[in-house]
Order: sequence, then C-alpha cells, then structure tokens
Amino acid sequence: MDAEEIGKVVLAELKRIAPELEDVAPAKPLRDQVDLDSMDWLNFLVALNERLKIEIPEADYRKLGTLEQIVDYLSAKAR
Amino acid sequence: MIEFKMPSLGADMDEGKLLEWKVKPGDKVKRGDLVAVVETPKAAVDIEIWQDGVVQELITKPGETIPVGAVMARLAAAGEAPAAAPAPAPAPAPARHPVSPAARKHARELGVDVEKLPGSGPHGAVTVEDVERAAKAAPPKKEAAPPSDKTLAMRKAIAAAMSRSKREIPHYYLSQTVPMQRAQDWLTTYNEKRPVTERLLMGALQLKAVALALKGFPDLNGFWKDDAFQPAQGIHIGVAISLRQGGLIAPAIHDVAELGLDELMKALADLVRRARAGSLRSSEMSDPTITVTNLGDQGVDEVFAIIFPPQVAIVGFGRVAPRPWAEDGMIGAVPAVVASLAGDHRASDGHRGARFLAAVAALLQEPENL
Repeated sequence: MDAEEIGKVVLAELKRIAPELEDVAPAKPLRDQVDLDSMDWLNFLVALNERLKIEIPEADYRKLGTLEQIVDYLSAKAR
Repeated sequence: MIEFKMPSLGADMDEGKLLEWKVKPGDKVKRGDLVAVVETPKAAVDIEIWQDGVVQELITKPGETIPVGAVMARLAAAGEAPAAAPAPAPAPAPARHPVSPAARKHARELGVDVEKLPGSGPHGAVTVEDVERAAKAAPPKKEAAPPSDKTLAMRKAIAAAMSRSKREIPHYYLSQTVPMQRAQDWLTTYNEKRPVTERLLMGALQLKAVALALKGFPDLNGFWKDDAFQPAQGIHIGVAISLRQGGLIAPAIHDVAELGLDELMKALADLVRRARAGSLRSSEMSDPTITVTNLGDQGVDEVFAIIFPPQVAIVGFGRVAPRPWAEDGMIGAVPAVVASLAGDHRASDGHRGARFLAAVAALLQEPENL
C-alpha cells in the first residue's frame, strides 16, 4: 500500500470518528482541527491497526501530531 | 399480572415515545431482556424488563408518547396462568413509521431524519439502504444547519435537569491537586507492551479510584429523595459523554469498584461507542449513583460541575499537566491533575467531601492496586 492509499484510509477512519469533519490541513496539528478526546484517539488508532495491520506503540503518539506525520509514519512502517 | 410501565431514565425525562416493541403477545421474557426501544429527549434507549413472564398485551402503540409510569404492557408472571381471553394484539398504529434499528443508528451517524424518509423495506420500513440513499442525495452541508428538533429536545432536557439542580441543590465545591507521576509511569509501563486494542486510558484509573474511594463514603453515593438521603446499593458511575451532534449524556457503568482495570476500560470504550451510536440500555440511563466528568482532553485545569439530580455528588477531572510541586523541601515540576467534587450539602458536608478527595488522591498514588 502506498502513501496515497494510506492517506485515504487515515482520512476515512478520521471521518468515521468525526463525521462532521470536512477538510483537514495536512500540516496543521490534527487536534486543533478535530474535536478528538482520548477515547476518539484510541479508537482511531485501533481502526488504523485493523485496516493497515500496523502496530503503533504508545511511545510514538507524539510523532503523530498532524495528518501528514501520521501518513508518513504509517508509510514508513508499511515498507 | 405484571404491569410494564414507561421507566424513568433520568431526572430530565417526563415522558417517552415508544419507537418499537421487541416482543409480541405470547413471547416469554426473562429478567434483563430488551423488550422495547423508547426515545427520550436525549437518545433512543433499549428498554430492559426486570421480571420473568409472558407478554399478554401490548398497550402502547409504536409512535405514541406516554408519561413516565404509564402502563405500556401487561405480562403474566412466571408460573401465573395466562388470562382466559388474552387481549388481541393492538392494531398497527396508522401513524407508525417503521424503521429498522440498524437504519435508525446509521441515520443518526449520517445526520439523516428517518421520520421523513420513505421506506422500501417490508411494510414500508426504512432500511439502511434508504438512509444511505438519502444521505447521498442530501446537498453537502456548507453552512451551519439550524438546530434540529432532537438538538433542541436535548438542550431542553439538559436545561430542565441543570436548572432543577441549581434551584434545589445547595452545592459545595472542593478541589485538590493530585500528583500523577506514579499513575502515569505505571500506565506507560502497562501499555508499553500491549497492542493498541488492549491499552488503558488514564480515565479508567480515575474512575476506579473514585469507585474504590466511594466505598468509604456512602453518603456521596446515592440520591436525595423525599427530603432524605437514600444511599445506593451499588457503585454505578455515570460517565459524562459529550455527543458529536451536541449535548451530553451520562449513562452508568455498573459496579465499577468490582471491575478489574481491563474490564473497566472495555466497559468504558463500549459505553462511549454506544452512547454516540444511540444504543444505550435503560438500566444504564436510570442507574447512575454518582457522575464523573473528565474535561482534561479539552485542556481545562479544573471542573466545577453541576450535580445531576437526584444524585448527590459529581466528581470532575481536568487535564494531567506538569505543575510545580514541593516535596522534601524541593520544588519541581510533576504531572498533576486537579480533582474536584461538587457535593449536595443536604446529604454531606465539606469535611466528608474533602476526606473523599484525599482518598481518591491516595488511591491514584498506588495504581498497581486499582
């Protein structure tokens, strides 16, 4: 799966959790754009794990601040 | 003969609209079975029955709105002979607009008003496909839509309960800063080797600490009714959950003190998911004995909460953040949270409330024992 496909999965799962979401600026902090609480965030990661079969350790959460960072992180892990 | 009545699913509910029966005359039911779906101002709720029996007569028709306490159905108790001439099943209500439960849930997620949709299923029932078709056909929302009837009903329910609370309950407020280094370190280690599906949130530790502390403070766990405090039998914590369409709901996790942290985390995740999907059970709505609200994710330091009557206390948590902390004559920065309590002064005093918060703080220093 390439970065573009991963990006589509990430956005789809994000919109499933926050259906009101319309556009996301890829380089801006995600939590400034979407109302995500801890449970939403955990559910988002669980969904990505199920769809992409990629495990995200808790220690890596801080690397996942923006949509761009999330896609880059997952793309690197998918290789 | 058992009379099955419209249950009260919270202080903000005076009446409920029957959406559908899950049983029909002649069906055997047992304690805990889901027998109906009722719409309250806050949500569509699956209604459980608390006695074994055989359904004799369904009195309320789907689509009807009836007051809390009104008889909805009659059942023969287990072992009781059915009535000689069972009443005929009610004729289908002409006003009924049948909607499958899955379609109702999906419609809520997609913001589609099912009441106005034509149905293509059996007997004109609205199906998931009908909902999806309507969602696709709807013009994209670019401007803020005016609040829907459901949003207005939700605000009205919250307004009624909170106004009653502020009018009737003499609140006292207390707060305590709780160091969270130990809890945070323990949680990091606990989650480190676990797949994402098995990780805990700090919120689960806080709920468990509140539940365990309440064992020593029964005067904070119960109800103020008929000018007296009535202690609750169990510790069923109402968890304040914000809904994406606006408003909030605070359904219960039952017997929190008896749950292990993994079980509690699963129960919490399940409750949040179902609250937002609109599939809560009546016991979850009617049973909270105290409420916990956590607004830490929204960045606030401290919560000054309003008690949900007839409960007598609500506990709030702000964000866990580095704060100055003095220990052994040295000042350093430690992760800490402000835990707060709003108590009903008719049922308890500040002295008790302060000791309760101290107990919560102490429990959070020993996360391995939660």
